[in-house]
Amino acid sequence: MAVLDILTAPDPRLKAVSAPVERFDDALRAFIDDLEATRRAGPAAVGIAAPQVGRLQRIVIVDVSGMRRPVPNHGHLVLVNPEITHWEGFELGREGCLSVPDYTGNVIRAERIRLTAQDPFGEPLAFEMEGFEARAVQHEVDHLDGLLFLDRLVSRRTDLFRRKNYR
Amino acid sequence: MMNDWLMLTLIGADRPGIVARVTDTLYRAGWTLGEASMMRLGGNFAIMMMVRGGEADDLEALLEPVADALGLRLHVDAIAGGLHRHMIPNYQVRVSGADRAGIVAQVTGALAEAGFNILDLESDVAGDEANPVYVMTIQGDSDQPLEVLRKALETAGGGDVEVSISPIDTLIG
Ligand SMILES: [Zn+2]
Repeated sequence: MAVLDILTAPDPRLKAVSAPVERFDDALRAFIDDLEATRRAGPAAVGIAAPQVGRLQRIVIVDVSGMRRPVPNHGHLVLVNPEITHWEGFELGREGCLSVPDYTGNVIRAERIRLTAQDPFGEPLAFEMEGFEARAVQHEVDHLDGLLFLDRLVSRRTDLFRRKNYR
Repeated sequence: MMNDWLMLTLIGADRPGIVARVTDTLYRAGWTLGEASMMRLGGNFAIMMMVRGGEADDLEALLEPVADALGLRLHVDAIAGGLHRHMIPNYQVRVSGADRAGIVAQVTGALAEAGFNILDLESDVAGDEANPVYVMTIQGDSDQPLEVLRKALETAGGGDVEVSISPIDTLIG
């Protein structure tokens, strides 16, 4: 396993749309191991996407099972060709990115999602998830479509609190 | 020294074009902009902006005509500091209720005593003249557990003001 170099903004490869994975072979699985090693080598990242290391393929890893304050989760997830099929609710949360050092900001994401994907052997997967895990998946799937959280920033003065309470 | 940042503060009655005029003047004179926070407060527009490119006196001389033309008060401070000093807040405090004297002092006093460092504070008065509602959000950083901070804030609202604190889990991915 190798720790790969992480691309940082404004590298144009982070703006590219990644291609679906078609071959589920040992080379793919070796790359996934490297991607995981890279995620673990960084500063407490709960997810990583293949384009962040310059490989423009639809592969992400998400794992929110190790949070200091536990959140609902499905454990360690390798999602190949993930597709979010359903969005529900919205929630403001703070995000940062391995590809954008020294910056965090507020982003609105769906509260609950349903998604389909394939595992590293091409077997179909389906999940329903919520909260922090759903946020992590949305952040990573964005990478596959060439989007950074910077593209979804809302002002720090935006607060759903007021809207929720004085509706 | 060319590499030292200055903190520029400009305040005056809000009108369109303030930011464009000020930043264009700085750009044309070769100054660099750092981080900035600008907002409308009470019908005024307030700019706080890190700039560099020369001495405080040069900056004042450059901007005085612009500030005069736009009706802005101008203030320049040499600061010790620079870019890439961000801190990530791990708690958010929300305050809302009847607008009365002492809310901010009570809440922030309780936070300071509990070892909470304020990184960002926004407050507004909502409602109307007859029934003003005070709304404040604070983001900050503390090593204390949630329960300790919650306890510290228990009496800070004094009964007529809602004070709540929640953790912020920042997602890195
Ligand atoms: Zn990211």
